[in-house]
Amino acid sequence: MKPRTANKIATVVIVTFALLIVAILVSLLGYILIRGMSHISWDFLTSAPQKIRAGGGVGPQLFNSLFLLVLTLIITVPLGLGAGIFMAEYARPGKLTNFIRLVVEVLSSFPSIIVGLFGLLLIVNTFNLGFSLISGALALTFFNLPLMVRITEQAFRTVPKQQKEAGFALGLSKWKIVTSVLLPVALPTIITGTILSAGRVFGEAAALMFTAGMSSPRLDFSNWNPLSPSSPLNPFRPAETLAVHIWKVNSEGLAPDALQIAAGASAVLVLTVLIFNLAARYFGRFIYRKLTASKRMS
Amino acid sequence: MSFCVLLLIVIIISMVYFVASKGVANFVNGEVKVSEFLFGTKWSPEADTPSYGAFPFISGSFLVTLLAALIASPLSICAALFMTEIVPGWGKKLLQPVIELLSGIPSVVYGFVGLSVIVPFLRDTLPGQGIGVAAGALVLSVMILPTITSVAADALASLPQNLKESSFALGATRWQTISRVILPTTFPAIMTGVVLGMARAFGEALAVQMVIGNAPFVPHSLFESASTLTSVITLGMGNTTMGSPQNNALWSMALVLMLMTFVFVLLVRMLERRNKI
Repeated sequence: MKPRTANKIATVVIVTFALLIVAILVSLLGYILIRGMSHISWDFLTSAPQKIRAGGGVGPQLFNSLFLLVLTLIITVPLGLGAGIFMAEYARPGKLTNFIRLVVEVLSSFPSIIVGLFGLLLIVNTFNLGFSLISGALALTFFNLPLMVRITEQAFRTVPKQQKEAGFALGLSKWKIVTSVLLPVALPTIITGTILSAGRVFGEAAALMFTAGMSSPRLDFSNWNPLSPSSPLNPFRPAETLAVHIWKVNSEGLAPDALQIAAGASAVLVLTVLIFNLAARYFGRFIYRKLTASKRMS
Repeated sequence: MSFCVLLLIVIIISMVYFVASKGVANFVNGEVKVSEFLFGTKWSPEADTPSYGAFPFISGSFLVTLLAALIASPLSICAALFMTEIVPGWGKKLLQPVIELLSGIPSVVYGFVGLSVIVPFLRDTLPGQGIGVAAGALVLSVMILPTITSVAADALASLPQNLKESSFALGATRWQTISRVILPTTFPAIMTGVVLGMARAFGEALAVQMVIGNAPFVPHSLFESASTLTSVITLGMGNTTMGSPQNNALWSMALVLMLMTFVFVLLVRMLERRNKI
Protein backbone atom coordinates (compact mmCIF):
# COMPACT_ATOMS: atom_id res chain seq x y z
CA MET A 1 0.00 0.00 0.00
CA LYS A 2 1.19 3.50 -0.72
CA PRO A 3 2.13 5.47 2.40
CA ARG A 4 -0.35 8.19 1.43
CA THR A 5 -3.24 5.77 1.20
CA ALA A 6 -2.26 4.17 4.50
CA ASN A 7 -2.11 7.60 6.05
CA LYS A 8 -5.59 8.46 4.83
CA ILE A 9 -7.07 5.18 6.03
CA ALA A 10 -5.41 5.52 9.43
CA THR A 11 -6.65 9.08 9.85
CA VAL A 12 -10.19 8.07 9.01
CA VAL A 13 -10.03 5.16 11.48
CA ILE A 14 -8.64 7.34 14.28
CA VAL A 15 -11.20 10.08 13.73
CA THR A 16 -14.04 7.55 13.59
CA PHE A 17 -13.00 5.90 16.84
CA ALA A 18 -12.61 9.25 18.59
CA LEU A 19 -16.04 10.39 17.41
CA LEU A 20 -17.43 7.00 18.44
CA ILE A 21 -16.43 7.78 22.04
CA VAL A 22 -18.20 11.13 21.83
CA ALA A 23 -21.24 9.33 20.43
CA ILE A 24 -21.13 6.81 23.29
CA LEU A 25 -21.15 9.59 25.87
CA VAL A 26 -23.88 11.59 24.14
CA SER A 27 -26.16 8.58 23.78
CA LEU A 28 -25.39 7.43 27.32
CA LEU A 29 -26.25 10.79 28.86
CA GLY A 30 -29.16 11.25 26.50
CA TYR A 31 -30.58 7.85 27.35
CA ILE A 32 -30.23 8.32 31.12
CA LEU A 33 -31.63 11.83 31.15
CA ILE A 34 -34.49 11.27 28.69
CA ARG A 35 -35.54 7.99 30.31
CA GLY A 36 -35.15 9.37 33.81
CA MET A 37 -36.32 12.97 33.60
CA SER A 38 -39.91 12.03 32.86
CA HIS A 39 -39.99 10.14 36.13
CA ILE A 40 -38.48 12.87 38.28
CA SER A 41 -40.97 14.96 40.18
CA TRP A 42 -41.01 16.68 43.54
CA ASP A 43 -42.93 13.73 44.91
CA PHE A 44 -40.34 11.26 43.58
CA LEU A 45 -37.51 13.24 45.18
CA THR A 46 -39.12 13.49 48.59
CA SER A 47 -41.30 10.45 49.21
CA ALA A 48 -40.12 7.17 50.72
CA PRO A 49 -39.64 4.08 48.55
CA GLN A 50 -42.32 1.39 48.27
CA LYS A 51 -41.41 -2.28 48.55
CA ILE A 52 -44.12 -3.97 46.48
CA ARG A 53 -46.47 -1.24 45.28
CA ALA A 54 -45.69 1.22 42.52
CA GLY A 55 -45.06 4.92 43.06
CA GLY A 56 -42.18 4.90 45.52
CA GLY A 57 -39.67 7.73 45.69
CA VAL A 58 -36.08 8.16 46.73
CA GLY A 59 -36.36 10.88 49.40
CA PRO A 60 -34.51 9.21 52.28
CA GLN A 61 -31.88 7.80 49.91
CA LEU A 62 -31.14 11.22 48.46
CA PHE A 63 -30.87 12.71 51.93
CA ASN A 64 -28.62 9.83 53.08
CA SER A 65 -26.29 10.30 50.12
CA LEU A 66 -25.88 14.01 50.81
CA PHE A 67 -25.52 13.57 54.57
CA LEU A 68 -22.96 10.80 54.10
CA LEU A 69 -21.03 13.02 51.72
CA VAL A 70 -20.90 15.84 54.29
CA LEU A 71 -19.78 13.45 57.05
CA THR A 72 -17.08 11.98 54.80
CA LEU A 73 -15.75 15.39 53.79
CA ILE A 74 -15.62 16.52 57.43
CA ILE A 75 -13.34 13.56 58.17
CA THR A 76 -11.26 13.38 54.97
CA VAL A 77 -10.54 17.03 54.18
CA PRO A 78 -8.42 17.83 57.26
CA LEU A 79 -6.66 14.46 57.18
CA GLY A 80 -6.02 14.63 53.44
CA LEU A 81 -4.79 18.23 53.64
CA GLY A 82 -2.45 17.32 56.46
CA ALA A 83 -0.97 14.29 54.75
CA GLY A 84 -0.78 16.06 51.38
CA ILE A 85 1.02 19.12 52.78
CA PHE A 86 3.39 16.81 54.63
CA MET A 87 4.17 14.91 51.42
CA ALA A 88 4.65 18.08 49.36
CA GLU A 89 6.56 20.31 51.77
CA TYR A 90 8.00 18.39 54.70
CA ALA A 91 8.81 14.84 53.61
CA ARG A 92 12.43 14.41 52.60
CA PRO A 93 13.04 12.15 49.64
CA GLY A 94 14.09 8.75 50.88
CA LYS A 95 12.96 5.23 51.58
CA LEU A 96 10.18 6.24 53.97
CA THR A 97 8.71 8.80 51.57
CA ASN A 98 8.81 6.28 48.76
CA PHE A 99 7.02 3.80 50.98
CA ILE A 100 4.31 6.34 51.83
CA ARG A 101 3.90 7.08 48.14
CA LEU A 102 3.49 3.36 47.48
CA VAL A 103 0.91 3.18 50.27
CA VAL A 104 -1.11 5.99 48.74
CA GLU A 105 -0.89 4.36 45.32
CA VAL A 106 -1.97 0.93 46.55
CA LEU A 107 -4.73 2.36 48.70
CA SER A 108 -6.15 4.32 45.80
CA SER A 109 -6.10 1.33 43.49
CA PHE A 110 -7.85 -1.04 45.86
CA PRO A 111 -11.23 -2.02 44.44
CA SER A 112 -14.02 -0.32 46.34
CA ILE A 113 -15.54 -3.66 47.26
CA ILE A 114 -12.36 -4.54 49.19
CA VAL A 115 -12.68 -1.25 51.05
CA GLY A 116 -16.28 -2.13 51.83
CA LEU A 117 -15.34 -5.60 53.08
CA PHE A 118 -12.59 -4.16 55.25
CA GLY A 119 -15.11 -1.69 56.65
CA LEU A 120 -17.48 -4.56 57.38
CA LEU A 121 -14.78 -6.44 59.26
CA LEU A 122 -13.20 -3.57 61.17
CA ILE A 123 -15.83 -0.89 61.68
CA VAL A 124 -19.09 -2.78 61.57
CA ASN A 125 -18.01 -5.90 63.46
CA THR A 126 -14.86 -5.19 65.45
CA PHE A 127 -15.70 -1.62 66.50
CA ASN A 128 -19.32 -2.68 66.73
CA LEU A 129 -20.71 0.40 65.02
CA GLY A 130 -23.14 -1.72 63.02
CA PHE A 131 -24.56 -0.80 59.63
CA SER A 132 -24.64 2.95 60.12
CA LEU A 133 -23.92 6.29 58.53
CA ILE A 134 -20.77 6.64 60.57
CA SER A 135 -19.48 3.25 59.36
CA GLY A 136 -20.22 4.29 55.80
CA ALA A 137 -18.46 7.62 56.26
CA LEU A 138 -15.37 5.89 57.67
CA ALA A 139 -15.29 3.39 54.79
CA LEU A 140 -15.58 6.27 52.34
CA THR A 141 -12.71 7.92 54.19
CA PHE A 142 -10.43 4.98 53.36
CA PHE A 143 -11.66 5.29 49.82
CA ASN A 144 -11.32 9.05 49.51
CA LEU A 145 -8.24 9.77 51.61
CA PRO A 146 -5.57 8.72 49.07
CA LEU A 147 -7.35 10.86 46.49
CA MET A 148 -7.33 13.90 48.78
CA VAL A 149 -3.65 13.39 49.60
CA ARG A 150 -2.76 13.26 45.93
CA ILE A 151 -4.87 16.32 45.07
CA THR A 152 -3.32 18.37 47.88
CA GLU A 153 0.20 17.27 47.07
CA GLN A 154 -0.19 18.10 43.38
CA ALA A 155 -1.80 21.46 44.14
CA PHE A 156 1.14 22.41 46.36
CA ARG A 157 3.68 21.24 43.83
CA THR A 158 2.24 23.41 41.06
CA VAL A 159 2.77 26.61 43.08
CA PRO A 160 5.69 28.48 41.44
CA LYS A 161 8.95 28.07 43.33
CA GLN A 162 9.58 31.81 43.34
CA GLN A 163 6.62 32.38 45.65
CA LYS A 164 8.17 30.12 48.26
CA GLU A 165 11.63 31.58 47.80
CA ALA A 166 10.26 35.11 48.17
CA GLY A 167 8.69 34.03 51.45
CA PHE A 168 11.97 32.60 52.69
CA ALA A 169 13.77 35.77 51.60
CA LEU A 170 11.44 37.78 53.79
CA GLY A 171 12.46 35.60 56.71
CA LEU A 172 9.12 33.90 57.18
CA SER A 173 8.90 30.60 58.99
CA LYS A 174 8.10 27.46 57.01
CA TRP A 175 4.71 27.17 58.67
CA LYS A 176 3.88 30.77 57.82
CA ILE A 177 4.87 30.22 54.19
CA VAL A 178 2.74 27.10 53.97
CA THR A 179 -0.35 28.71 55.48
CA SER A 180 -0.22 32.24 54.07
CA VAL A 181 1.67 31.91 50.80
CA LEU A 182 1.28 28.43 49.40
CA LEU A 183 -2.15 27.45 50.71
CA PRO A 184 -4.06 30.39 49.16
CA VAL A 185 -2.49 29.69 45.76
CA ALA A 186 -3.11 25.96 46.01
CA LEU A 187 -6.60 26.30 47.43
CA PRO A 188 -8.56 26.65 44.16
CA THR A 189 -7.04 23.42 42.83
CA ILE A 190 -7.71 21.69 46.14
CA ILE A 191 -11.32 22.85 46.19
CA THR A 192 -11.87 21.78 42.59
CA GLY A 193 -10.35 18.39 43.34
CA THR A 194 -12.40 18.00 46.51
CA ILE A 195 -15.67 18.70 44.74
CA LEU A 196 -14.75 16.28 41.95
CA SER A 197 -13.88 13.60 44.48
CA ALA A 198 -17.18 14.35 46.22
CA GLY A 199 -18.90 13.49 42.95
CA ARG A 200 -17.17 10.14 42.97
CA VAL A 201 -18.10 9.48 46.57
CA PHE A 202 -21.70 10.39 45.81
CA GLY A 203 -21.91 7.65 43.20
CA GLU A 204 -20.05 5.04 45.21
CA ALA A 205 -22.04 1.94 46.08
CA ALA A 206 -19.89 -1.17 46.51
CA ALA A 207 -18.02 0.22 49.52
CA LEU A 208 -21.28 1.23 51.18
CA MET A 209 -23.34 -1.93 50.79
CA PHE A 210 -21.48 -3.62 53.63
CA THR A 211 -20.96 -0.57 55.83
CA ALA A 212 -23.83 1.91 55.61
CA GLY A 213 -26.25 -0.92 54.99
CA MET A 214 -28.90 -1.64 52.42
CA SER A 215 -31.94 -0.37 54.29
CA SER A 216 -33.19 2.89 55.63
CA PRO A 217 -35.38 3.13 58.72
CA ARG A 218 -38.55 5.20 58.68
CA LEU A 219 -37.33 8.76 59.06
CA ASP A 220 -39.17 11.58 60.74
CA PHE A 221 -37.99 14.77 59.07
CA SER A 222 -39.43 16.96 61.82
CA ASN A 223 -37.24 15.33 64.44
CA TRP A 224 -33.83 16.98 64.41
CA ASN A 225 -32.51 15.48 67.64
CA PRO A 226 -29.37 13.63 66.48
CA LEU A 227 -29.68 11.00 69.20
CA SER A 228 -33.20 9.85 68.42
CA PRO A 229 -33.34 6.67 66.30
CA SER A 230 -35.86 8.05 63.82
CA SER A 231 -34.04 11.34 63.33
CA PRO A 232 -32.45 11.85 59.91
CA LEU A 233 -29.40 13.37 61.61
CA ASN A 234 -28.64 10.36 63.81
CA PRO A 235 -25.24 9.11 62.58
CA PHE A 236 -25.73 5.65 64.10
CA ARG A 237 -28.71 4.61 61.99
CA PRO A 238 -28.44 2.44 58.89
CA ALA A 239 -28.59 4.41 55.68
CA GLU A 240 -29.13 3.22 52.14
CA THR A 241 -27.74 5.72 49.64
CA LEU A 242 -29.06 6.57 46.20
CA ALA A 243 -26.42 4.50 44.38
CA VAL A 244 -27.01 1.45 46.56
CA HIS A 245 -30.74 1.90 46.00
CA ILE A 246 -30.28 1.81 42.23
CA TRP A 247 -28.33 -1.41 42.52
CA LYS A 248 -30.89 -2.96 44.84
CA VAL A 249 -33.87 -1.96 42.71
CA ASN A 250 -32.17 -3.36 39.60
CA SER A 251 -31.11 -6.66 41.09
CA GLU A 252 -33.92 -7.49 43.47
CA GLY A 253 -36.61 -4.83 43.09
CA LEU A 254 -40.11 -6.16 43.49
CA ALA A 255 -42.08 -3.01 42.76
CA PRO A 256 -43.81 -3.11 39.35
CA ASP A 257 -42.22 0.19 38.36
CA ALA A 258 -38.71 -0.87 39.43
CA LEU A 259 -37.20 0.00 36.04
CA GLN A 260 -38.68 3.48 36.05
CA ILE A 261 -37.46 4.05 39.60
CA ALA A 262 -33.98 2.91 38.59
CA ALA A 263 -34.14 5.23 35.58
CA GLY A 264 -35.29 8.19 37.67
CA ALA A 265 -32.74 7.57 40.39
CA SER A 266 -29.95 7.15 37.81
CA ALA A 267 -30.91 10.47 36.25
CA VAL A 268 -30.84 12.15 39.67
CA LEU A 269 -27.43 10.62 40.36
CA VAL A 270 -25.96 11.64 37.01
CA LEU A 271 -27.42 15.15 37.26
CA THR A 272 -25.92 15.56 40.71
CA VAL A 273 -22.51 14.43 39.47
CA LEU A 274 -22.82 16.89 36.56
CA ILE A 275 -23.68 19.66 39.01
CA PHE A 276 -20.63 18.72 41.09
CA ASN A 277 -18.49 18.96 37.95
CA LEU A 278 -19.79 22.39 37.01
CA ALA A 279 -19.61 23.62 40.60
CA ALA A 280 -16.00 22.47 40.83
CA ARG A 281 -15.05 24.58 37.82
CA TYR A 282 -17.01 27.64 38.84
CA PHE A 283 -16.02 27.53 42.48
CA GLY A 284 -12.32 27.01 41.76
CA ARG A 285 -12.31 30.07 39.51
CA PHE A 286 -14.29 32.11 42.03
CA ILE A 287 -11.97 31.32 44.96
CA TYR A 288 -8.91 31.95 42.80
CA ARG A 289 -10.13 35.47 41.99
CA LYS A 290 -11.01 36.12 45.63
CA LEU A 291 -7.67 35.02 47.02
CA THR A 292 -5.17 36.22 44.48
CA ALA A 293 -6.61 39.45 43.08
CA SER A 294 -6.00 38.05 39.62
CA LYS A 295 -8.54 38.42 36.87
CA ARG A 296 -7.94 35.25 34.94
CA MET A 297 -7.46 31.60 35.67
CA SER A 298 -4.92 29.67 33.65
CA MET B 1 0.64 16.20 59.86
CA SER B 2 2.84 13.20 60.50
CA PHE B 3 -0.23 11.80 62.20
CA CYS B 4 -2.19 11.95 58.95
CA VAL B 5 0.54 10.07 57.12
CA LEU B 6 0.82 7.56 59.93
CA LEU B 7 -2.90 6.99 59.71
CA LEU B 8 -2.56 6.09 56.03
CA ILE B 9 0.05 3.48 56.85
CA VAL B 10 -2.04 2.09 59.71
CA ILE B 11 -5.08 1.84 57.42
CA ILE B 12 -3.28 -0.09 54.73
CA ILE B 13 -1.52 -2.45 57.12
CA SER B 14 -4.73 -3.26 58.96
CA MET B 15 -6.56 -3.66 55.65
CA VAL B 16 -4.06 -6.21 54.40
CA TYR B 17 -3.96 -7.92 57.78
CA PHE B 18 -7.74 -8.21 58.25
CA VAL B 19 -8.55 -9.38 54.74
CA ALA B 20 -5.61 -11.80 54.69
CA SER B 21 -6.39 -13.29 58.09
CA LYS B 22 -9.98 -13.96 57.03
CA GLY B 23 -8.90 -15.08 53.59
CA VAL B 24 -6.55 -17.79 54.75
CA ALA B 25 -8.86 -19.10 57.51
CA ASN B 26 -10.25 -21.89 55.36
CA PHE B 27 -6.79 -23.03 54.31
CA VAL B 28 -5.35 -22.88 57.82
CA ASN B 29 -8.06 -24.92 59.52
CA GLY B 30 -7.93 -27.50 56.74
CA GLU B 31 -11.45 -26.89 55.46
CA VAL B 32 -10.31 -26.28 51.89
CA LYS B 33 -7.02 -26.89 50.11
CA VAL B 34 -5.41 -23.98 48.30
CA SER B 35 -5.18 -25.97 45.07
CA GLU B 36 -8.83 -27.00 45.34
CA PHE B 37 -9.84 -23.38 45.85
CA LEU B 38 -7.78 -22.00 43.00
CA PHE B 39 -8.33 -24.71 40.40
CA GLY B 40 -11.49 -26.51 41.48
CA THR B 41 -14.25 -25.92 38.96
CA LYS B 42 -17.13 -26.95 41.19
CA TRP B 43 -18.71 -24.35 43.45
CA SER B 44 -21.43 -25.96 45.54
CA PRO B 45 -21.12 -24.79 49.14
CA GLU B 46 -24.57 -26.00 50.11
CA ALA B 47 -24.16 -29.61 48.92
CA ASP B 48 -23.78 -32.50 51.37
CA THR B 49 -20.10 -32.70 50.57
CA PRO B 50 -19.50 -29.02 49.87
CA SER B 51 -16.82 -28.03 47.40
CA TYR B 52 -15.31 -24.59 47.16
CA GLY B 53 -13.70 -24.39 43.75
CA ALA B 54 -13.35 -20.74 42.78
CA PHE B 55 -11.86 -21.31 39.35
CA PRO B 56 -15.06 -20.28 37.49
CA PHE B 57 -14.99 -16.92 39.23
CA ILE B 58 -11.26 -16.34 38.89
CA SER B 59 -11.36 -17.21 35.20
CA GLY B 60 -14.52 -15.10 34.76
CA SER B 61 -12.78 -12.08 36.25
CA PHE B 62 -9.77 -12.50 33.99
CA LEU B 63 -11.94 -13.13 30.95
CA VAL B 64 -14.09 -9.99 31.23
CA THR B 65 -11.07 -7.90 32.18
CA LEU B 66 -9.05 -9.00 29.17
CA LEU B 67 -11.99 -8.62 26.82
CA ALA B 68 -12.76 -5.15 28.15
CA ALA B 69 -9.12 -4.14 27.69
CA LEU B 70 -9.14 -5.53 24.14
CA ILE B 71 -12.22 -3.50 23.24
CA ALA B 72 -11.28 -0.31 25.05
CA SER B 73 -7.56 -0.03 24.24
CA PRO B 74 -7.79 0.63 20.47
CA LEU B 75 -10.63 3.09 21.00
CA SER B 76 -8.77 4.92 23.75
CA ILE B 77 -5.46 5.04 21.89
CA CYS B 78 -7.23 6.45 18.82
CA ALA B 79 -8.97 9.04 20.99
CA ALA B 80 -5.64 10.03 22.52
CA LEU B 81 -4.04 10.30 19.05
CA PHE B 82 -7.01 12.37 17.91
CA MET B 83 -6.54 14.77 20.83
CA THR B 84 -2.79 15.17 20.49
CA GLU B 85 -1.76 14.44 16.89
CA ILE B 86 -4.65 14.88 14.46
CA VAL B 87 -6.48 17.97 15.70
CA PRO B 88 -4.71 19.10 18.87
CA GLY B 89 -6.79 22.27 19.17
CA TRP B 90 -10.46 21.48 19.10
CA GLY B 91 -9.91 17.74 19.42
CA LYS B 92 -8.76 18.25 22.98
CA LYS B 93 -11.56 20.72 23.66
CA LEU B 94 -14.08 18.17 22.42
CA LEU B 95 -12.74 15.01 24.01
CA GLN B 96 -11.44 16.30 27.35
CA PRO B 97 -14.91 17.01 28.81
CA VAL B 98 -16.23 13.78 27.30
CA ILE B 99 -13.53 11.78 29.07
CA GLU B 100 -14.11 13.64 32.35
CA LEU B 101 -17.85 13.07 32.19
CA LEU B 102 -17.47 9.39 31.33
CA SER B 103 -15.19 8.87 34.31
CA GLY B 104 -17.64 10.72 36.56
CA ILE B 105 -20.64 8.53 35.81
CA PRO B 106 -21.18 6.18 38.78
CA SER B 107 -20.74 2.46 38.20
CA VAL B 108 -24.30 1.55 39.18
CA VAL B 109 -25.52 3.82 36.40
CA TYR B 110 -23.32 1.93 33.94
CA GLY B 111 -24.85 -1.25 35.28
CA PHE B 112 -28.36 0.11 34.86
CA VAL B 113 -27.71 1.21 31.27
CA GLY B 114 -26.08 -2.13 30.54
CA LEU B 115 -29.09 -3.93 31.92
CA SER B 116 -31.64 -1.87 30.04
CA VAL B 117 -29.83 -1.26 26.72
CA ILE B 118 -26.95 -3.66 26.07
CA VAL B 119 -28.61 -6.80 27.46
CA PRO B 120 -31.85 -6.47 25.42
CA PHE B 121 -29.80 -5.58 22.34
CA LEU B 122 -27.63 -8.69 22.69
CA ARG B 123 -30.67 -10.83 23.42
CA ASP B 124 -32.36 -9.69 20.20
CA THR B 125 -29.38 -9.84 17.87
CA LEU B 126 -27.20 -12.70 19.09
CA PRO B 127 -27.72 -16.16 20.58
CA GLY B 128 -28.10 -16.48 24.32
CA GLN B 129 -30.11 -14.53 26.82
CA GLY B 130 -28.28 -11.24 26.60
CA ILE B 131 -26.82 -11.36 30.07
CA GLY B 132 -23.37 -12.87 30.10
CA VAL B 133 -19.69 -12.36 29.47
CA ALA B 134 -20.16 -10.20 26.37
CA ALA B 135 -22.48 -7.77 28.14
CA GLY B 136 -20.11 -7.57 31.12
CA ALA B 137 -17.11 -6.91 28.90
CA LEU B 138 -18.94 -4.22 26.92
CA VAL B 139 -20.06 -2.37 30.05
CA LEU B 140 -16.57 -2.59 31.54
CA SER B 141 -14.92 -1.40 28.34
CA VAL B 142 -16.91 1.84 28.40
CA MET B 143 -16.04 2.25 32.07
CA ILE B 144 -12.30 1.98 31.50
CA LEU B 145 -12.19 4.15 28.36
CA PRO B 146 -11.46 7.35 30.33
CA THR B 147 -8.64 5.77 32.34
CA ILE B 148 -6.73 4.53 29.30
CA THR B 149 -7.44 7.63 27.20
CA SER B 150 -6.25 10.15 29.75
CA VAL B 151 -3.04 8.28 30.54
CA ALA B 152 -2.31 7.73 26.84
CA ALA B 153 -3.05 11.37 25.99
CA ASP B 154 -0.70 12.57 28.74
CA ALA B 155 2.01 10.29 27.43
CA LEU B 156 1.58 11.48 23.85
CA ALA B 157 1.49 15.13 24.87
CA SER B 158 4.73 14.85 26.84
CA LEU B 159 6.62 13.39 23.88
CA PRO B 160 9.48 15.70 22.78
CA GLN B 161 8.47 17.70 19.70
CA ASN B 162 11.76 17.22 17.85
CA LEU B 163 11.17 13.47 17.50
CA LYS B 164 8.06 14.16 15.48
CA GLU B 165 9.57 17.03 13.56
CA SER B 166 12.58 15.02 12.43
CA SER B 167 10.28 12.27 11.22
CA PHE B 168 8.21 14.75 9.22
CA ALA B 169 11.41 16.30 7.89
CA LEU B 170 12.36 12.92 6.44
CA GLY B 171 9.15 13.04 4.44
CA ALA B 172 7.20 10.54 6.50
CA THR B 173 3.42 10.77 6.47
CA ARG B 174 1.52 11.36 9.67
CA TRP B 175 0.58 7.71 9.99
CA GLN B 176 4.18 6.61 9.42
CA THR B 177 5.27 9.00 12.14
CA ILE B 178 2.58 7.77 14.49
CA SER B 179 3.13 4.07 13.88
CA ARG B 180 6.93 4.01 13.65
CA VAL B 181 7.98 6.82 15.98
CA ILE B 182 5.27 7.97 18.35
CA LEU B 183 3.62 4.70 19.37
CA PRO B 184 6.86 2.71 19.89
CA THR B 185 8.38 5.47 22.06
CA THR B 186 5.28 5.90 24.17
CA PHE B 187 4.45 2.19 24.33
CA PRO B 188 5.33 1.66 28.03
CA ALA B 189 3.33 4.73 29.05
CA ILE B 190 0.31 3.64 27.03
CA MET B 191 0.59 0.17 28.54
CA THR B 192 0.52 1.83 31.96
CA GLY B 193 -2.87 3.21 31.04
CA VAL B 194 -4.05 -0.20 29.84
CA VAL B 195 -2.92 -1.84 33.07
CA LEU B 196 -4.63 0.84 35.16
CA GLY B 197 -7.80 0.28 33.16
CA MET B 198 -7.55 -3.47 33.68
CA ALA B 199 -7.08 -2.94 37.41
CA ARG B 200 -10.27 -0.93 37.45
CA ALA B 201 -12.14 -3.55 35.43
CA PHE B 202 -10.89 -6.38 37.63
CA GLY B 203 -12.12 -4.71 40.80
CA GLU B 204 -15.41 -3.38 39.48
CA ALA B 205 -18.25 -5.08 41.30
CA LEU B 206 -21.77 -3.82 40.85
CA ALA B 207 -21.93 -2.95 37.18
CA VAL B 208 -20.62 -6.39 36.23
CA GLN B 209 -22.81 -8.16 38.73
CA MET B 210 -25.90 -6.61 37.17
CA VAL B 211 -25.23 -7.83 33.61
CA ILE B 212 -23.11 -10.98 33.80
CA GLY B 213 -25.78 -13.41 34.96
CA ASN B 214 -23.90 -14.84 37.95
CA ALA B 215 -23.88 -18.51 37.05
CA PRO B 216 -21.14 -20.44 38.85
CA PHE B 217 -19.75 -22.16 35.76
CA VAL B 218 -16.86 -21.65 33.39
CA PRO B 219 -18.59 -20.21 30.30
CA HIS B 220 -18.29 -22.04 26.97
CA SER B 221 -19.16 -19.01 24.86
CA LEU B 222 -19.18 -15.26 25.22
CA PHE B 223 -22.95 -15.17 25.36
CA GLU B 224 -23.29 -17.46 28.36
CA SER B 225 -23.69 -16.29 31.92
CA ALA B 226 -20.68 -16.41 34.15
CA SER B 227 -19.50 -14.88 37.41
CA THR B 228 -16.59 -12.80 38.54
CA LEU B 229 -14.92 -12.72 41.94
CA THR B 230 -16.51 -9.38 42.70
CA SER B 231 -20.00 -10.41 41.66
CA VAL B 232 -19.92 -13.54 43.83
CA ILE B 233 -18.67 -11.57 46.82
CA THR B 234 -21.34 -8.90 46.32
CA LEU B 235 -24.14 -11.43 46.22
CA GLY B 236 -22.83 -13.90 48.77
CA MET B 237 -21.42 -11.80 51.58
CA GLY B 238 -24.78 -10.69 52.92
CA ASN B 239 -26.36 -14.14 52.75
CA THR B 240 -23.76 -16.21 54.54
CA THR B 241 -22.95 -16.31 58.23
CA MET B 242 -19.64 -14.85 59.33
CA GLY B 243 -17.10 -17.56 60.04
CA SER B 244 -18.77 -20.35 58.06
CA PRO B 245 -16.56 -22.10 55.49
CA GLN B 246 -18.66 -20.62 52.69
CA ASN B 247 -18.21 -17.12 54.06
CA ASN B 248 -14.50 -17.70 54.53
CA ALA B 249 -14.25 -18.86 50.91
CA LEU B 250 -15.70 -15.48 49.90
CA TRP B 251 -12.98 -13.80 51.97
CA SER B 252 -10.39 -15.93 50.18
CA MET B 253 -11.75 -14.49 46.93
CA ALA B 254 -11.38 -11.01 48.40
CA LEU B 255 -7.80 -11.92 49.18
CA VAL B 256 -7.25 -12.97 45.55
CA LEU B 257 -8.67 -9.59 44.46
CA MET B 258 -6.33 -7.82 46.83
CA LEU B 259 -3.30 -9.76 45.62
CA MET B 260 -4.25 -8.95 42.04
CA THR B 261 -4.32 -5.26 42.99
CA PHE B 262 -0.73 -5.61 44.20
CA VAL B 263 0.19 -7.29 40.92
CA PHE B 264 -1.36 -4.42 38.94
CA VAL B 265 0.42 -1.78 41.04
CA LEU B 266 3.69 -3.67 40.57
CA LEU B 267 3.15 -3.84 36.80
CA VAL B 268 2.45 -0.11 36.65
CA ARG B 269 5.62 0.60 38.61
CA MET B 270 7.69 -1.59 36.30
CA LEU B 271 6.25 0.08 33.22
CA GLU B 272 6.91 3.53 34.67
CA ARG B 273 10.50 2.61 35.36
CA ARG B 274 10.93 1.46 31.76
CA ASN B 275 9.34 4.66 30.60
CA LYS B 276 11.97 6.81 32.30
CA ILE B 277 14.91 5.41 30.36
